[in-house]
Amino acid sequence: MIEVEHLSKRFGDRYAVDDLSFTVAPGEVLGFLGPNGAGKSTTMKMITGFLTPDSGSARIMGHDIQKSPVEAKRTFGYLPEGAPGYSDMTVAQFLAFIADIRALTGAQRQSRIDAVIADIHLHDVLGQRLDTLSKGFRRRVGLAQAILHDPQVLILDEPTDGLDPNQKHEVRKLIQGMSKDKIIVVSTHILEEVEAVCSRAMIISRGKILADDTPQTLSGKTASGRLDDYFRDITAGGLS
Amino acid sequence: MSATKIIFRRELAAYFATPLAYIFIVIFLMLTGVFTFYLGNFFARGQADLQSFFNFHPWLYLFLIPAISMRIWSEERKAGTIELLLTLPITMGQAVWGKFLAAWAFIAIALAGTLPIWITVNYLGEPDNGIIIAAYIGSLLMAGAYLAVGICISAATKSQVIAFIVSLMVCFVFTLAGFPLVLDVFSSWLPSGITDAIASLSFLTHFQAIAKGVIDLRDVIFFAAFIAAWLYASAIVIDLKKAD
Repeated sequence: MIEVEHLSKRFGDRYAVDDLSFTVAPGEVLGFLGPNGAGKSTTMKMITGFLTPDSGSARIMGHDIQKSPVEAKRTFGYLPEGAPGYSDMTVAQFLAFIADIRALTGAQRQSRIDAVIADIHLHDVLGQRLDTLSKGFRRRVGLAQAILHDPQVLILDEPTDGLDPNQKHEVRKLIQGMSKDKIIVVSTHILEEVEAVCSRAMIISRGKILADDTPQTLSGKTASGRLDDYFRDITAGGLS
Repeated sequence: MSATKIIFRRELAAYFATPLAYIFIVIFLMLTGVFTFYLGNFFARGQADLQSFFNFHPWLYLFLIPAISMRIWSEERKAGTIELLLTLPITMGQAVWGKFLAAWAFIAIALAGTLPIWITVNYLGEPDNGIIIAAYIGSLLMAGAYLAVGICISAATKSQVIAFIVSLMVCFVFTLAGFPLVLDVFSSWLPSGITDAIASLSFLTHFQAIAKGVIDLRDVIFFAAFIAAWLYASAIVIDLKKAD
């Protein structure tokens, strides 16, 4: 479970996240939608313990991210916005470093590294340094480090940003393949992605939840039956 | 394997993954040579000791250690890897100590490159090797103190250039804290108790005490406490500034 209660964060006098509460249960793939600056990334940064909320709390698999951060951080894999990675390391070195930090050892360590390399097709770039990789490969390496320890919870901030259509398809397939018993939170502004992979869509704007339902129900609320029309209807009003 | 050790290994390897490490070591060794033999008149003094070598260490460190420390946190912030690092299951303390120890070990490696000078002086005469060992220990402790200051300042800015210049200034003040150049600034308007306290923070005074061959526990504690305090401050600064 991810349990978010009354989470708020202010930058200056502007609320980036304003009293946000929701829960995500195992098996759910939650699509986090919203215009740029809606508070998607800020919310993810608070759930993962990078930012300290001004008020409210987030619990992941029962561990409060502020009170027992290390235990909470063991349970999830996180792909931060922009997929940062250590540019001086090769892909193989980087994955080995993450495996060590995740306390993977022995045969399990090797089998997880091999599985991730196969799943995300990283064979060809294993010996390459991260700063020589294309944007698409960097994103894939970021995804690889997030799923390396086979976490129960996966938090992905724009996982398909900068990928070509084939790579986007691959990543979506990967997310769908993992979604059975896991909790996955994906932020995106590509609406077709939500319809393709998410079992639940949450639209936020100015730090508040505007809609929270299955993508099918949300798109059914417009005459055209399209999710992007619904998205435009409710978020464009929020901006004026 | 503890998280501190894993961070330590990654960071130390990072130095040698780029030309930075090699350039630093070569320049460090060249400058120690120049200072010892030309400015320090190693041969003309006609004495079998390494005073002319160790005397210049504070001044070398003053410029070279900020060049090492400037990237330690500012690069993480600029590249965004700080978000990855601090959402991994490690504590802030493990991250800060792992990075500090790696940089310190790197400087120890550079310092180990000066051992031929020690061999030379043993070949030429009969120096008191106990004093030399003490001076090496003192030099390394002092290097750690410079490094801790630089790391804290590196945590406060994304710009490596700013980190370098500010670190250099702050280190300069601590180097000469016991001398009129720095003390005169304070003595006119602060009570003498505080001025004395500032004077007692002088790297030079503590280092020279150890370099004479007397490893006084007080000098060792000074450097250890100084390092711990600045690293503690670093953790606070990182926490405050990480999201900027």
